[in-house]
Parts: sequence; C-alpha cells; structure tokens
Amino acid sequence: MAITLSGDHAIPSPPLSARLTTPQVWGIVMLAPYLLVFLAFVVYPVGYGLWLARHPASYVALYHDPIFARAAVNTLIFLLVGINLKMAIALFLSGFFAQQRTWIKWLSVLFILPWAVPSIPTILSVRFMLNPEWGVINQLIFKFTAEDGPNWLNDPSVALAMAIGVHIWKSLPFWTLILMTGRLAISHDLYEAAAVDGASWSQKFRYITWPSMQTLYITCTLLSMIWTLGDFNSVYLLTGGGPADLTHVLATLGIRYLRLDQLSLAMASIVCALPFVLPLVYFMMKRLSR
Amino acid sequence: MKLPSLREIGNEAKLLLIGIPVLIWTLVPIYHMFLFAISPKEDAFSGKLWPDHPTLNNFSIVFHQQHYFLRDFWIQFFNSVVIALSAGALTLMIATAAAFSISRLRVPGGRWVMNLALFTYFIPAAFLAVPMYRTMGNYGLLNNHWSLILAMVTIASPYAIWVLKQASDKLPVELDEAATMDGATTLQLFRLVYVPLMMPSLVAIGTYAILLAWNEYLYAFLLLSKDTEITLPVALGNFLAADDSPWELLMTTGFIYALPPAAIYYAFRRYMVGGLTAGAVKS
Repeated sequence: MAITLSGDHAIPSPPLSARLTTPQVWGIVMLAPYLLVFLAFVVYPVGYGLWLARHPASYVALYHDPIFARAAVNTLIFLLVGINLKMAIALFLSGFFAQQRTWIKWLSVLFILPWAVPSIPTILSVRFMLNPEWGVINQLIFKFTAEDGPNWLNDPSVALAMAIGVHIWKSLPFWTLILMTGRLAISHDLYEAAAVDGASWSQKFRYITWPSMQTLYITCTLLSMIWTLGDFNSVYLLTGGGPADLTHVLATLGIRYLRLDQLSLAMASIVCALPFVLPLVYFMMKRLSR
Repeated sequence: MKLPSLREIGNEAKLLLIGIPVLIWTLVPIYHMFLFAISPKEDAFSGKLWPDHPTLNNFSIVFHQQHYFLRDFWIQFFNSVVIALSAGALTLMIATAAAFSISRLRVPGGRWVMNLALFTYFIPAAFLAVPMYRTMGNYGLLNNHWSLILAMVTIASPYAIWVLKQASDKLPVELDEAATMDGATTLQLFRLVYVPLMMPSLVAIGTYAILLAWNEYLYAFLLLSKDTEITLPVALGNFLAADDSPWELLMTTGFIYALPPAAIYYAFRRYMVGGLTAGAVKS
C-alpha cells in the first residue's frame, strides 16, 4: 500500500468519510454494538485483571500455597484423565448410536437429556445420592451387605473422581452427537467393501473409521480440554472444593481467593494457566477460522 | 418374515448390553431428582426406588412459597425469565448486526473482529469471572440485573456471531446485488432480505443464548446477591448453606427449574442439532 502511494505523495489522501461507501458506513455502525460490548466487558476486565496480577509477590505467595499446587495437579488430572476417558467413551458410543435401529433412535433422544437440562439441579441430585448416611447409594450398599458404604465425598481422590464423573455425565451426550455426525459422513460403501473382503470389526475401525475421524476427534478433545478448564459447577457444587480444599481446580480456586479477599492471588492463579491455555486457543482459532 | 439368525440375535444382544447401561447411567440422576420431588419427606430418605405415597405436595409448597428457603421463589423465577429473555434478545440483535456487517457488507477490519470474537469464545468463562466481577463493581452494576444480562451477552455473542457469519457466507452474493439494483438501501437489505433468509439460524442462536443465560450459575452467584435479585440456580445453591436443608424441596425446585430448558431444547431440537453442532466443530 505504502509503496504504490509513494508516487503521488503530494496529493493529500481524501478524508476517511469520503473513501467509505455507504454500505461500509452502515457496516461500521452495525458492528459498533459488539465492539462496545467487547471493549467494555472483555478488553477492560482482562486488562484490569492483568494489572491486578502484576506483582511478583503474588506468584511467590501462590508458589508457597499448597492448595494452589494441589489445584494445578487436580486440573491436570481432570483434563488428561477425565477428558480422554470421556472422548474415548464418546467415540465408542458414537458407533453405537450410528446403528440403524428404532430403539436406538429413541434411546438417543433420552441420551441427550443430561445436556438439555441445567447442570445445577442434577449435580445437587448426585451430591445427595452420595450422602454417606441418607444417600440412596449407601442405603443400597447397607441393604445388600449390611455394611456402611464409603464416605464418598470425604476422600479427596474419590471426590475428585466423582466430580469428573459428573462432568462426563453432563457433556458426554454433546460430544457423542458431534462424533456421530462425523461417523455418519463416512461413506457406507467403504464398510461394505471391507465386509466383502472379510475385514474384522477392529480392522474396519483401524483402517476406515479412525483415519476419517482422527482430525475431528483431536479437535474435539482439545476444545473440550479448553472448555473443561472453565468447568466450575462440577467441582464447586459437588464437593465445594473440599474436603480441606483438596479437590479445587483452577476454575474454583480463583473464586476461593476472591472469597478470601485475595484478589491479586485470584488473578495470578489464572495468569499462571495462560501459558497452557493460549497455545491451545491459538491452535483452535487456526482450525476454525479457515 | 424369516426368523432372525443366531448371529443377528447375538448382535442385538451386544447392542442391548451397551444400550441398557447407557440408559441407566443417563437417567439415574434425573430420576433421583424426580423421585425426591414426588416423595413426602419421610419417604424421600428411605432409599426406596418408588415412594409408598407419591404426592404432589412438594410442588404445592414450592408454588405457595411455604418454606424459609422458598419465600422468594416466584420473584426468583421471574428474574431468571427476564434475564434469560433479555440476554437472548440482546445477543440476537448485536450478533445479527455484526454478522451482517462482517459477512455481507465486508466492513474493513471485519475479519479482525471475527478473530477477536473467536478468541473470546475459547477463553474459559470461569477465567473471565473474577475480572468481570470487579469490572461490574467498577461500573456500579453489581446487584443489578443488567450486570448479569451484559455478562451473558458478552459470553454468548462471540459464538453467535461466528455461527451466523458461517451461515450468511452461504447465502449467494447475487441476492444482495439484485436487491441493491432494485434500489434497496442497506437497511432494507438487512430487514427484508437478510433476516428472513437467516431465520433458522436466528432461532437456533436465540435459543442458545436464552438457555445459556437460564443455566448460568457462576456469574449469577458472583454478580447478584440479594434474595429478591438472584436467579433460580443461585437460590438452589443457597439451599446448601444449611445442614438440615429440605432436600425434597430443593429437588422439587430443581425439577421445576430444569423443565423449561429441557422443553425448549426438545422443541427446537431440529434447529439446535442442525444449526449448532455443525457450527461447533468444523473438521
């Protein structure tokens, strides 16, 4: 641009309003509301948050806070174990739901329920099921074995596993549905040809299904990991971060610090996660803005 | 009709062996909630799979606000409705205008705005919650419904713009050209050509934003705190404050709260599946 214009340097460029066509002016006007929202509720808060997290002392304090280390480990377990388990089940179930049966069609309508209902009441429902004295699970255990069941949410690793379970329960239908659309896009002729050649079930999966689903599967896994970092409800409403603050994840830890009026720590804990989040976000943006 | 072969029976049995656990896994938490909602207090805690005396009394208690935790039930329900609908309408207006501007008018810098919006979409919402809380405090909007509405619009519009832009890129350019030839102004183009053609996507996005705002817990409980200002999910969370919470009433309220989104979801399922899942992940 600059090079082509350098010839007629003397001529002043016309004012901005003259260079824009009427539709473009309208375009700017119609884009303005979103830009305002973006400036007021994304740019300003993010900038303000980073400013709050500017003191190195906050990071030193975080480094010495055992709860932060525990939360970081919990988050990693949540993402690496929880998400991979969820996506593997979703991949498996997508094959199941792709079967052409009337009863499977009806089952898939019910199967979407966890995704369709809000998470708060169902998480609270699970929380009560796990209640050591009154919950239905321990009552059944007592009925059949005459022994008291475990105190589910009082053991940090069991409680975290339960939170992961709740997360899987909630979001499994969504990912199964998406992987199913991927599966249905594979030409049926391929499977028929493979069947004629006597391919086994695992060979069909390995040579037909997986190669055509692999990109979608990896995209879904990464996207799910990013979103799960922000899964506040599963942990907060099931365990409340307890027992003894041992089941926090990064999403709930920020709120904990906020509650304790340690705002700079809250922001610093989020800033610590950014080096892991931003590359994933960048990768996803590249994928989706093509 | 011929009898199924042994192989087919085996196949069907294998499918059932997957299907039945999936069904149980899916329904147990929801059934448990429903069971509590129709059980009198004594039955609810007995661990039975069906109450001896099923009753609708819990619903009546909730509807008549006859419990300490429920004294503001209707106003909280109303708050949820107002906030969800406002957030839906506002998101729809902002996102439709933005998508039209980026995709059809090709406004300079539109691609940039799209990328910024996508970036926001991928940042986990919980990460933005703490700074958003402080920001709303600075703006003086805390404990005001506008804070939650605007927060929900902020979170919903990036995805809304992205899906709408994808959909409007598919409309042929010739339509706009023909309308402009006939002397349509930009606004007429928007109102008479663009919006009618985009209706299915607009329905999907409006539903998406309404459900997002109705289901939101974290932002609602950070931004609103007065009993008469909070939304239903926050009220549900507040039940946990007491040790002797009336769980059967909590489950009843939760059940009532869960019904509208489930009904909306199933009513618009066709739009949701077509318009949203296709947009969610492009392989």
